[in-house]
Order: sequence, then C-alpha cells, then structure tokens
Amino acid sequence: MLILTALGALGGLTVVLALLLIIAYKKLQVKEDPRIDIVEEMLPHANCGACGYPGCRPFAEALVREEALPGKCTVSSDEGRQQIAAFLGVDVGASEKQVARLACGGGINVARNRARYQGLQSCEAASLVSGGGKECFWGCLGLGDCVDACDFDAIKLNAFHLPVINEDKCTACGDCVVACPKDLLSLHPVSHRLWINCKNLEAGDEILEECKVACTACGRCAMDAPDQMIVMKENLPVIDYRNYQDTTKPMERCPTGAIVYLHPQKGKITGPKARPVIRTSARTDAPT
Amino acid sequence: MGLFNTLPTFQRGIHPGDFKDLTRHLPIERMPFSAELTIPLSQHLGAPSKPRVKVGDTVQRGQLIAEPGGFVSIGQHAPVTGTVTAIEPRPHPTGRMVESIIIATDPFSPQTFYNEHPMDWEALSPRELISLIQHGGFVGLGGAAFPTHVKLSVPEGKHARFLIVNGVECEPYLTSDHRVMLEEYDDLFYGIRILQKILDVRQVYIGVENNKEDAIEVLRNHVPDDMACEVIALETKYPQGAEKMLIEAVLHREVPSGKLPIDVEVVVNNSGTITGIGHMFRFGQPLIERVVTVTGPGIKRPANVRVPIGTPLTELLNFCGGITDDTRQILFGGPMMGAPQARLDVPILKGTSGILCLTENEINVREEYPCIRCLRCVDVCPVGLNPSRLGALAKSRDYEHMLDFHVMDCVECGSCSYICPSNIPLVQRFRVAKGLLREQQARNKAS
Repeated sequence: MLILTALGALGGLTVVLALLLIIAYKKLQVKEDPRIDIVEEMLPHANCGACGYPGCRPFAEALVREEALPGKCTVSSDEGRQQIAAFLGVDVGASEKQVARLACGGGINVARNRARYQGLQSCEAASLVSGGGKECFWGCLGLGDCVDACDFDAIKLNAFHLPVINEDKCTACGDCVVACPKDLLSLHPVSHRLWINCKNLEAGDEILEECKVACTACGRCAMDAPDQMIVMKENLPVIDYRNYQDTTKPMERCPTGAIVYLHPQKGKITGPKARPVIRTSARTDAPT
Repeated sequence: MGLFNTLPTFQRGIHPGDFKDLTRHLPIERMPFSAELTIPLSQHLGAPSKPRVKVGDTVQRGQLIAEPGGFVSIGQHAPVTGTVTAIEPRPHPTGRMVESIIIATDPFSPQTFYNEHPMDWEALSPRELISLIQHGGFVGLGGAAFPTHVKLSVPEGKHARFLIVNGVECEPYLTSDHRVMLEEYDDLFYGIRILQKILDVRQVYIGVENNKEDAIEVLRNHVPDDMACEVIALETKYPQGAEKMLIEAVLHREVPSGKLPIDVEVVVNNSGTITGIGHMFRFGQPLIERVVTVTGPGIKRPANVRVPIGTPLTELLNFCGGITDDTRQILFGGPMMGAPQARLDVPILKGTSGILCLTENEINVREEYPCIRCLRCVDVCPVGLNPSRLGALAKSRDYEHMLDFHVMDCVECGSCSYICPSNIPLVQRFRVAKGLLREQQARNKAS
C-alpha cells in the first residue's frame, strides 16, 4: 500500500511539473529566425573574428538581419559564400581572397646577428629585450609568434626560421598581423604578386653586411616600374597597388632580390640581377 | 639594538645578494668628453622632444637643444660644447632606431657652461619652478625615466602631505645613488627645499636601506636645523625602491590598485633626481650628466663615473679598463630589472643608473620545469598578486583573463622569476602580456 501512495504522489507531481514546463515552454518561447541556425551551419565554425563579429553565430545573426554581407567571411570557400547569399537572397558582397604577406627575407642563411638572445622563446618577448638579437632592427625575429597565433595551420617556419604562409590555407583572419611585434605581416589580395620583401629603412650597400637580401634603396625598381607604380619613401620602395600591373619588370635590375614576385606555384622569384643566395645552412653569426 | 628591534620595511619581497662592495667605497670620478655624443630625443617616458637646433649649429655646454614636445615631455641640453653634425635615427638601448641629435665635441673649447648663474628660486611661483624643471630636462634617475615635473604637478583637488626621497637603491650591484648621497648631500637638501616649495609640503622622509650606513650617518648629520626631515633606515630588501613599496615601508600606507602615490598624499622622488634639481638651481646647470655605476665581474675596473649624457657605451667601458674576455652580457641598469644590450654603440641615457657586465657564471640560463605550486612567488610578490596563476594564464596566452588577476598592477620587479624553483620566466611573460594588453586597449580606444 505504502509503495502505491509513494508512486501516486511522485507520479502526480511529475504530471503537474510536466504541465508547468509545457506551459512555460509555450508562453516564454523566444521567436528566433530559423534561418540563423541554417546560416550558422553553412559558416565554417572557425570563430576567428576576421569578419569583425565575435564569432560565427553573431555573424550569422548579422547576416540574417542584413547588416553584413557573406563576402565578409574570409574563411568560407567561394561556393560557401555563394550558397549563403543564394539562401538569404542577398549579394555576396564578394571581395577578393586576401592572404597574409611577410615583408622580410632575412632568414638565418642571409641575416646576421648582433647578440645572442637566450630569453623566452617568443618574438614579443625578444623584441622587448633590446629589440631582439638580429642586426637588422626591422627584420623577422624568427621565433614563430605568428605560427602560434595562426588557427588554420597556414604558417610554418622554414629551415631558415622565416615564416612561410600557405596561401590556400590562409583565411586572412589577421591574427598573425596582430601577433608580429615588428609589424612585418599585412593582408593583401592574392592578385598582388609583386612584393617588397624588406622593411629596412637604412640606405646604402653597408646594410648588406647585416642582411644579404636587404633593400639598399637604390631606387632602380621605382625607375623601371611603369606608370610610377613604385615610389621611394623613407628609403624603401612602396608599390601603389591602386594602379597595379602584373609585371616583373621592376625587379629585373634589383641587385639584392629585395623585390620579389610571389608566383602561385613556384613561390618567391627574385630578379635575374639579384645576387644568388647559395648558402643552405645558417650563417655562423646567424640568429639562434 | 635589541633582539626584536626590526627596521621598517614593506611586506613580502626578496633578499638577493647585494654585490655592492665592488664600487661602494669608490668616489665618483669624472669622465672625459668623448669625440661624439648622441642625444636621443626620446630618452624618457612620454612624447619625444622637438629639436631646436639645425645641422651645423654650434652649441654650448648646457644650452637647450630640444624643447618639450608636450606636457609629458622634457627639454634636452647639449652635454658638451661642439657642433651639431646630424639629426637622424640612431640605435637606442630599447632596440629601436630613435631620432637623435649628434654633437661633435669641440676639442679646444674650455667647456664652460651656457648659464652659470644660480636661479633665484625663492622669488618664483611653484608653476614657474615646475616649468624650469621640465625645461631642465629632469626625469627619474632611478631607471624608469619618468619626467619629474609630471610627478610634481599635483592635480586639482589633491594635496601632498609628505615628500619621500628615494635613496633606497635596492637593485644589487648599483651604488650611484649611494655615492651621490654621500658626496653631494648639500645639493640634495637644496633640492628638497625647492620641492617643498613646489608641493607645499613640510614633512620630508629620506628612505635609505641599512646596507648604506655611511650615507645614513652623513645625511643625519647634515639635515638642516629648520627642515622637518627624517632619515629613515630601512631593512635591506628588494624591491624597496619601487615607489609603492617605499611608501608602505616609510608611512605604512598602501597605494590602491590603479592609483598614484598622490592619492595617499605622498610624492616620491629619487635622491639623484633631487640632487640634480638642487644643483641646477644652485649653479644653473641642467641635467646634462649623471652618475653611472659601471660594475660587475666582467669589467676590469669597476667605478662610479659622472658621465655626460649621450656618451657611447664603448667609450665608457674603455674608460673603465674595458671588459674581460668572458663577459657575456651587458645590462643597462641592475641585474633584476636592467635591460640587456644587443649592441655597444648605444648612448648612455638619463635613466641609465648602471652598466653591469656579467660573465657566464652569473647568467646561468636554466631549463624551465613545470610549476609545482609551491607558491613561493605568492610569498614574495610585493604587490600581492598570484604570479603562479598568472604564469599559467600567460603560458596559454589567455591574456584577457589575466586582467581579472590584476596583471596591470605588476611592477615587473622580477621577484617571482628570482624565487621560482622551476625557473619559470614569470616576469618575462607578464611583460609580454602587459605590452599586448596595452596595445589592445589602445586599439579598442581608437576603434
């Protein structure tokens, strides 16, 4: 008998509470656009923040509210963006695929060290200690803060401690741009193939002592470039990408190979006059 | 002194060996002028100074060559009579290229001062005195190089009741403040009078650690009768020279998180700075030279040297007999907070309190082990943070979470790294985190 009372009481309680829950579910339901879930499902779930929103869900909400266009998501593939645009019936707002580019060619085979850095193995920490050990003030420290910052496994350090960016994997989220204490990384459309691979603000052949591939500010690229596409600013050539032409002419007379053509398959190509770098191991005075 | 009679000090902190015997007893020597001096326009915290001279100009020793570039900025002066040969970026101890004025010394000049007249400070108002100190180029000579006049400009609605003179010099090896207090106490007391007038303060405390007994005695014997000044002997402990720690030691007041000493009615200034200010008002000579302790096992002849600002590091090392062959590291500042240098052609700055040359034996780079949660870092952290927790967060790059654990209150004294038995580079990680967080805050503000 006792057990029946207990069962009855608990059973009754269950029914009452279940009813309460059902009523609460009906009454307090928040109507959410069902498209948000679908759009979120179509997004890459990287939560990288490259679109300017805190993550994929807030971006999906913004898309549905039509505050943003699918083109802002740099991580999705072209088809993915078109799919979302078609689903929502909006423009893709397509922007060209961007990738991160490194403006330094000073690996340990060509660049010299002025001191040996032994501290915390991070570029940010090294740059706090007298700017790191590299002779060139502007050069890549090669300790891989950008590699750690990349969520997409798109950056690897090569044998000469220089980060190499995989253009296919790079989503232009900008994390590496923020991570680099020397501000060597920046985002560029993939079609920008001609590239100044140096940030050294000094001029003259003496700086080749520091780094074999540094820009000596000779200005030949600026002279050879069509339509004044390249101008010299603070001892560095600056390419005006607004009237960019896909040509290798400016780098033909470059004596050091500081201006390069980033070939999609063959990688970095230097001009024919550039002194070849044949060293395959580190310089004895290279950064460690 | 009885058995239980202890000296005042702050809570926590560490006791590193002081190694001051190398230079403690050596009187200050004067260094000859080198052929070329480099005066960076940015050798202080704040906006860079604006040059007032052109290439080719002749300048006289003590002449103003750069004006303050804003409120948190100072004037710069020619440390030597000569010609301006260039105004261009030059290597700087921070590892950047910094716009600098290069002066070639005139070897035939008698090196007289541009202005040799004492200033009649009693007739001037506090505001005028502060402006004179700013144009005199004064920064905190203890190492941080924060412009002195900013500290002396008490904001509206606040009032200072105490002036604390920081003669602690808690960094091991360094003895420059010690020698200055011993040899130039009259300038120090003169400077204190000026600061008393600016701040409208009566009570002055001079905090000196008890490893400088001779300085304590000399100062006590020479306190002017009409000055309410007390020389306080403090227990030797690191980092007592940090402003907030010194206030705690002397007055038992704690500066709240994110506040300044003026919020607890105190202004702290380095003894060397005040001596310099006193010297300027007595003899009209702005901050164009400072006392630098050149020391460490790597230097052949350790010394306390009065160096013109802008002297190349190599010249100073040569003046002290050069470095030994086994020198591995040269630091600007002391071993705890000093900055290792990557090149020898950098100039001596206003904030350079010492040059420390270390050999392989002292550097001792050790392998990092996992945290064993002994919490010795918590026991020593002078500001009461939890470096162990912060270190774990920093290692996983969770910098924003570190804000919740008050990483911005870290004074970067390095006590945690010093004490850690697992050799975890704690303070190094905090410096990185603080730098990144500050950048982020600036970005947020801009956007």
